[in-house]
Amino acid sequence: MKLKKVGIFALTAVLSLGLLAGCGEEKTDNTSTPEASSDSSAASEENGTVDLGGAKITMSGSTSMEKFCSALTEAFNADCNAMATAEYTGSGAGIEAVTAGTVDIGNASRALKDEEKANGLAENIVAIDGIAVVVDKENTVADLTKDQLISIYKGEITNWKDLGGKDEAIVVIGREAGSGTRGAFEELLEVEDACKYAQEVDSTGGVMAKVAATPGAIGYVSLDVIDDTVNTVKLEGVEATEENIKSGDYFLSRPFVMATKGEISEQSEAVQALFDYINSDKGQEIIAKVGLISAK
Amino acid sequence: MEAPSKTKKQFSIIGSHKTKSVVEVTANIIFIVCAFVAIIAVLAITVYMIYSGAPALFKVGILDILFGTTWAPTAEDPSFGILYIILTSIVGTALAILIGVPIALMTAIFLSEIANTKLAAIVRPAVELLAGIPSVVYGLLGILMVNPVIYKLEKFIFKDDPNHQFTGGANLLSAVLVLAIMILPTVINISETSLRSVPQDYRNSSLALGASKIQTIFKVTVPAAKSGIITGIVLGIGRALGEAMAIVLVCGNSINFPLPFNSVRTLTTAIVSEMGYAGGLHREVLFTIGLVLFAFIMVINILLSTVLKKGGKKDDK
Repeated sequence: MKLKKVGIFALTAVLSLGLLAGCGEEKTDNTSTPEASSDSSAASEENGTVDLGGAKITMSGSTSMEKFCSALTEAFNADCNAMATAEYTGSGAGIEAVTAGTVDIGNASRALKDEEKANGLAENIVAIDGIAVVVDKENTVADLTKDQLISIYKGEITNWKDLGGKDEAIVVIGREAGSGTRGAFEELLEVEDACKYAQEVDSTGGVMAKVAATPGAIGYVSLDVIDDTVNTVKLEGVEATEENIKSGDYFLSRPFVMATKGEISEQSEAVQALFDYINSDKGQEIIAKVGLISAK
Repeated sequence: MEAPSKTKKQFSIIGSHKTKSVVEVTANIIFIVCAFVAIIAVLAITVYMIYSGAPALFKVGILDILFGTTWAPTAEDPSFGILYIILTSIVGTALAILIGVPIALMTAIFLSEIANTKLAAIVRPAVELLAGIPSVVYGLLGILMVNPVIYKLEKFIFKDDPNHQFTGGANLLSAVLVLAIMILPTVINISETSLRSVPQDYRNSSLALGASKIQTIFKVTVPAAKSGIITGIVLGIGRALGEAMAIVLVCGNSINFPLPFNSVRTLTTAIVSEMGYAGGLHREVLFTIGLVLFAFIMVINILLSTVLKKGGKKDDK
């Protein structure tokens, strides 16, 4: 009968594999919590970790910030013993919610409007999302204007010779629907769902590979993956560098704002701890890891 | 002192009735459990596909999904038409079969009827190797080898056509070529086995009646092996329809009407390419696409079993 038990166990194991696969990432590094709790105030200055005793923080807003926020909340909750949760309802809805006071933080993947600031919201820029436009190595076009970029992606300009380049068809490469990079790109150029893609690729690396391999190709990727297999195009004469993005000269970028009602110093201890955490080395590491530029 | 060693030796194949029956019963149970794993898996998949795919069908509207041509899942006013995606899967699979099956059939005939043992010993391992190559490798080779050639052809054909959107070689034709090669081993292996199982008497009789070797192959051997060859083709269709990894790399993945030089998206690539970041209704519709694909594969399987049954009946006669 022992064998029967083994058989049943194996069956159970097989059946529950599917369930386990869904929650394999739950466990995160918890080691800093106990040492932080012993001396919380001193620790908070150094590495942003304090023991918040399960304090709740609610966030809602931009869907583009999902990747960043889920990485942030996961690490923050583990390190600081907090219960930060984020909903992704869109920038506008997030701002409304924080203005109404139903959440602690409203996430927006754009700068706040003046009337929103007038409602008492503080614009806390936590990171900057930058997008680079890349073409294949053989391409001689080095500079594009915003209008030219829009025309290319709408399919109005189809040959590089119209842009001062070689007589080579333009192969328009983009990301799949739902991708944050695609969302940001189309939003910033105001070409939502008007793009005529020749190829839709489901990863940043894929876009890089396709652009590098296809003559006449153009694509967009987040700034951190640029390498010398492709040419990065200047936009309106401005190079895609971190400095230019921070100064605001490079137009294909947007701030990630975590708006609070009133200044950070007026917020609850938990919310303050969250912002401290973002500004700590660990927080900055998360920002770099999800392909964003530090706002510091 | 001798007693312990003697008792050890007492084990025999006859053993006690009790041990024997325990082993029998346990083995029986293990076999039943293993058999049920497959059934449970099929049932679970079916139930789950319907459970997760069906709601979106009614939320969006069956006609809007199946016969809509606009796919804009993230727009303000989203639309989820997958007609072009369904058509691409059908057209792509049909073309791949059209190209792949003749090549595969000829290879199978060559291996079983024409090649001498030495030559067959070179070709057969090559075919078997083809079957073992992971599909993503086919895709990578497609990017490196098929796409550039097709792009040159595309540039040549559409040189003077301002309305054509250039795909950089990632289009239906590339996908079809890669698929055609991928189905080769499936069709070759099954066809060859069925050709080999044709009794030698058939060939001998045909040859004795004065038919040439080629006449014998096409008039006697191939018709006799028909049911096996059809099984191979149907399995090839299943393989082509269900392939995702290789195709997503070479088909371009924009949604267009399936013309040879259009960037296209199939049912499988529609799921894998957007699953990563999809949420809400978008995600549910992706499951619906899975359900549609599942239905297609089921139809193929039912077709396969009817073909097999027919073949079986014929052999009985």
